[in-house]
Amino acid sequence: MHAYRLTHLKELESESIYILREVAAQFEHPALLFSGGKDSIVCFHLARKAFFPAKVPFPLLHVDTGHNFTETIEFRDRLVEKYGVELLVGSVQKSIDEGKVQEETGFYASRNKLQIATLLEAIETHKIDCAIGGARRDEEKARAKERVFSHRDEFGQWDPKNQRPEIWNLYNGRKRPGEHFRAFPISNWTEMDVWQYILQEQIEIPSIYFSHEREVFLRDGVIYANSPFMRLKPDEKPFTMRVRFRTIGDMSCTGAVDSPASTLEEIIEEVASTRTTERGSRMDDKRSEAAMEDRKKEGYF
Amino acid sequence: METKGYLNMDLLRFTTAGSVDDGKSTLIGRLLYDSRAIFDDQLEAVERASAKRGSGEVDLSLLTDGLRAEREQGITIDVAYRYFATPKRKFIIADTPGHIQYTRNMVTGASTANLAIILVDARKGIQEQTNRHAFIASLLGIPHVVFCINKMDLVGYDQSVFQAIQKQLEDFSTKLEVRDLNFIPISALKGDNVVKRSTRMDWYQGTTLMYLLENIHIAGDLNHIDRRFPVQHVIRPMTREWHDFRGFAGQVAGGIFRVGEPVEVLPSGFRSTIRSIRIGQQEVPEAFAPQSVVMTLADEIDISRGDMITGTNSLPQTAQDVDVMLCWMNQRPLVPNGKYALRHTTREARCMVKEVAYKMDINTLRKLEGDKAIGMNDIGRVKLRTTVPLHFDPYTRNRNTGSLILIDEATNETVAAGMIV
Repeated sequence: MHAYRLTHLKELESESIYILREVAAQFEHPALLFSGGKDSIVCFHLARKAFFPAKVPFPLLHVDTGHNFTETIEFRDRLVEKYGVELLVGSVQKSIDEGKVQEETGFYASRNKLQIATLLEAIETHKIDCAIGGARRDEEKARAKERVFSHRDEFGQWDPKNQRPEIWNLYNGRKRPGEHFRAFPISNWTEMDVWQYILQEQIEIPSIYFSHEREVFLRDGVIYANSPFMRLKPDEKPFTMRVRFRTIGDMSCTGAVDSPASTLEEIIEEVASTRTTERGSRMDDKRSEAAMEDRKKEGYF
Repeated sequence: METKGYLNMDLLRFTTAGSVDDGKSTLIGRLLYDSRAIFDDQLEAVERASAKRGSGEVDLSLLTDGLRAEREQGITIDVAYRYFATPKRKFIIADTPGHIQYTRNMVTGASTANLAIILVDARKGIQEQTNRHAFIASLLGIPHVVFCINKMDLVGYDQSVFQAIQKQLEDFSTKLEVRDLNFIPISALKGDNVVKRSTRMDWYQGTTLMYLLENIHIAGDLNHIDRRFPVQHVIRPMTREWHDFRGFAGQVAGGIFRVGEPVEVLPSGFRSTIRSIRIGQQEVPEAFAPQSVVMTLADEIDISRGDMITGTNSLPQTAQDVDVMLCWMNQRPLVPNGKYALRHTTREARCMVKEVAYKMDINTLRKLEGDKAIGMNDIGRVKLRTTVPLHFDPYTRNRNTGSLILIDEATNETVAAGMIV
C-alpha cells in the first residue's frame, strides 16, 4: 500500500464517520436504529469512533418485535450498559395491544411488516428528525439507488422517483417540519466489507452469528430456529443441528445456515465461497436468505 | 491477521457512461460475472431469462435488467451503485443511465469517481454523446478516462477501425483537461479484453480493462500538497476525564497535517500548532485526505463548524464573489438574480446569482454567449455572490474545496452542482 493511500476498509470507515458527523451537525434529534444485528453494531462502532472522546450524541432506537433471539437482547442490554448510551424501544407488542396494527395469523405469521407502524410512531413520539440505519446498497436492486441522506415526507414515505441528487459529499438534510430523514452511513459497504471490518476492529457480535447447536425445523427448505413464536405444521419435526445465522431479524423470519464456521476468519471464508459458488447444493439456503433480507427491509426501511 | 490480503486492498470508484445500445450493461454484467460478484439466484434468473429469449449464450445485460425495466416504465432512475471485488481491489461502480437525465446523472456519478469508462460502439464511432460524456468527465475532474471501443466482434476485430476512433478521440480530448487517457478495444458480449485477453486482436499490445482497473495508480489523485481541513463538528466531551478537551472533527480535504506543525484558522486568521490527531481512540502522527480525524490545537481559539484549518504557507482563496461552472439538476430553471442556499465544504451560506456568463453546448463544447437560460441538464458559467466569504481552491486544484451545491430554499431540493473556476 502506498504511504498516503488508505485500504478499502479505512476509506469506507472514513466516509461513514464523515456521514455520521454530518448527521449530528445537520439534525437536532437523530437516533441510530439498532436491531442487535451486525450492520447496526458496526454503525454503533463507527459512531463511537466518530465522536470519541465524547459519547455518541444520539440514542439507539430498537424496534422490538417481541420475537427476539434471547442472545440478541442480552447483547443489546450489555452494550447499552457498557457504553452508557441511551436506548429507546418501540414495541410492536404495544402497537398490537393498542389496536394500531393487527397481528398476522397462520403458519407464516410474522411481525416484520408491523414494525413499520411502530417505527414511525417512535419517530414521532421522540421527535426524531433523522433515523440512522445500517442498510447497504449491495443488499438489493432498489437499495442500489438509495441516497445516503434519504428524504421522507410527513407520512414517512420514500419517493424513489423523486430523490434529490447527491453530489460529492455535500449532503443536503434540509426539510420541512414533520418530514424526516433516513441516513445510511454504510451505504457503500458490502456484506463482505462488514465482516472484514468486524475482524479488523475485533468488534463483539452476538454469539448466534457463530456456529452453535440449536433445535431447528425445516420449512420450504429454510432452517428455522424452533421457538414459542413459531407454529409448527403437523409434519414439521424439530431436531438439533449445528447452525449459525448470517443475518439477524426476529425469530419468525430469520433462517439459519448449516455451517461449521465458528470464527470470524471462517465466516469470511464462508461468505467468500458462497459468492463464488455458481451452482451449489445450498441454493435453497441462499434463496431464502435473499427473501429474508427483503422482508427485513420492508420492516425497517 | 496482517497477512490477510483482503485487509490490504484499496478502493477504486468508477463511473460508466454510455447507453444501453453501446453495451454498457453487458460490460458491467461481464465485470460482475467474471469477478464472481453475482449470486447463484441472480445468475439463475438471468440464465432462465436468456433461455426464454432463445439466445444460446447467457445474456449478461439481463443482470441490470431490473433497472432497464424501470426505465421502460418511464421512471427516472438516477445513478445505481454496484459493488465487486477482486483479490487486488474493491470497486464501486456508479452506473449512470445514458439517455434520460444524462447530465444530472452523470455529474452525480462522476463527482466521486476516480475513473470513467466511456463506451463507444465500434460500428458507429464517436457520437454526440461520446463527446458529452468525455466533457462531463473532464469537467468533474475525473483523473482517468478509459474509452472502451466496444463491439469489436461486429467489425471483424479490425485494427484500423479502432485506430481511427482512437485518433478522433485524441483530437477531441485536446480540448479537455483529463490527465490520463486510455483506449481499449473490447467485446463486452464475447469477453474480449474485458477480463481475459483477446486472442482475436493480436495487434493490440495494451492491457485488458480489468487489469487496468486493478492496477491503475490512483494514489496521486488526491491533493496531498495544500493543507485543507474543513471543520465539521466540535467535540467537547465535558467529562471529568476529558474536561478541557476541545477537538475539531472533520475529513481532511487536502494536504498532510502533522502533529507539531503550525496551522492557520480561517476566517479568524489565528495561528496555532497541532497538538494531537486522533482517529477514534488511536493517536496518529499525521493525517491526509480522505481521513476523518479529530484534531486538537495548542491554543484556545474559537473555531466552529464551517471554519477551515489550513497550512500557513498555501492558503486557499477567500472571496464572496465566485465564478462557477454550474450543472443544473432541477425542473425549475435557474432564476437570474435568484437567491439560493449554498453548501461548500462544511459551510452553509446563501448566495445570489449575479450573472450568467454563458451556457455551454456540451455536445460541441461551444460557448453560447447569447443563451443565458439555464434549465434542467444545462451547464453554464455563472457568477455567485455569497452572504459569507468562502475559503476555496479552484476545482481543478482540489475537488473537495472547489465544489459546491445550490439548494432551492422553497422546496429544499438540491438544484445545482457547481465547480469553482
